[in-house]
Amino acid sequence: MRCTKCRQDACLEIRRHNAAFCEECFLGFFRDQVVRAVEHEKMFRREEPVLVAVSGGKDSLALWDALLELGYETTGFYIGLGIPGYSEPSREKCETFAAARNAKLLVVDLEAEYGLGISETAQRTRRPACSACGLSKRYLFNKVALDNGFGVIATGHNLDDEAATLFGNVLRWQTGYLGRQAPVLPEENGLVKKVKPLFRLAERETAAYAILRGIDYIVDECPNAVGAKSLFYKDLLNQLEAASPGSKQAFLMGFLEHAQPLFHAQEEVALHACERCGQPTTTPLCAFCRLREEVARPPQRRGRGRRPKRWPSGGPTPPAALPVREMGEEGATPPVPLPMREGGAPATAAAPPVPLPLVDATDSASAAPALPSLHRDNEGPASAEPAPPFLRREWGPGGLG
Amino acid sequence: MKVILRHPERREVAVAGRRRVGDLLRELGLQPEAYLVIRDNRLLTRDAQLEDADTVEVRPVISGGAQHAWGVR
Repeated sequence: MRCTKCRQDACLEIRRHNAAFCEECFLGFFRDQVVRAVEHEKMFRREEPVLVAVSGGKDSLALWDALLELGYETTGFYIGLGIPGYSEPSREKCETFAAARNAKLLVVDLEAEYGLGISETAQRTRRPACSACGLSKRYLFNKVALDNGFGVIATGHNLDDEAATLFGNVLRWQTGYLGRQAPVLPEENGLVKKVKPLFRLAERETAAYAILRGIDYIVDECPNAVGAKSLFYKDLLNQLEAASPGSKQAFLMGFLEHAQPLFHAQEEVALHACERCGQPTTTPLCAFCRLREEVARPPQRRGRGRRPKRWPSGGPTPPAALPVREMGEEGATPPVPLPMREGGAPATAAAPPVPLPLVDATDSASAAPALPSLHRDNEGPASAEPAPPFLRREWGPGGLG
Repeated sequence: MKVILRHPERREVAVAGRRRVGDLLRELGLQPEAYLVIRDNRLLTRDAQLEDADTVEVRPVISGGAQHAWGVR
């Protein structure tokens, strides 16, 4: 097979474009697609600092590499999730990548800093591991970006991720999610702008880019993702793609052009600062702080039984200064005050702890509001009213590639 | 030829006879969109010919998990 551009031997065929590329032409194609996404969707400017969320996987490291090669101003951000046998090697991949390119990498260890290792959290709260993981990531993406002065955070979500998410949401007619699935989630009321520069590129292409660029990424799947519905949906879409090349792209791009605006809600909502951590939320405590409480709850009181009337110690200590560390530094980066925007009380990262509202699991009226059936679940609705638009905003497929 | 598979865990299988990459994937029951085939650190297209003496890696490219967990509470 020959390269469509230069007629040299091809290394990768892209059937949906009816094209094949040699190594050099493919790398050019890949970067062109990234630039097209960034510029056409107005994700960020050339000189604007961008925080790139990296997991050690192919997508996020390919994204970071491409942005570095293209001359964008980037800093990596890695979250240690405390997944045994997986988090350590993935962190090493990120650190090795950053060191080789002399790039700056911020690291937060969820387990060490918050006592929220994903595996243990899932076990203690009876949540699916992916739920606790997604919630924690979304919270820290926003907090770390704000604390460190970044106006944009980029993730490695690709065409397959987005198409699979769309497929799942259409399957259940999750109209709220459909209204906020987009390659750019704009900044609003304390929520940092989030972008997905790889949304035009298939997962196979990000893997090919990573291999051709010599990026040492973690190939093994996260052990918690085994059996995930997203993998099943991707498999279904790939069967469709094999029979009809271009189906995935047509499905996603057609949705973004024709249907997403119809689902997009127009109403505004007032966000305020979480009473404990200062992050934007519509409830007294944000979902992440509630998760921390749940994990901190005495073991004998956890589970489906009645919740205690009052916390003996007033709940977990507020995360006054998130100890983000740079590679090679021992000290924590001084936190930048959280800039709450209109619609909420001024927030500080070191907001004093407030007494928790008494919660009785048997009293639905006074119980802490359930997390909305939303992807962006670091917020929650204040009442049974329809979720406000920002709540229906989706960070997912919101995470890392 | 020796074929290195990576999912669910790393294992090797022996496949006898020359064949093209596309045929190999089909015989292994693998989706072409979900894998890359690598020989000597080079990516192969589906029409590339594989020889008996070759060692190839069939690398999965699909990942999933928390970032795709829509609708979770």
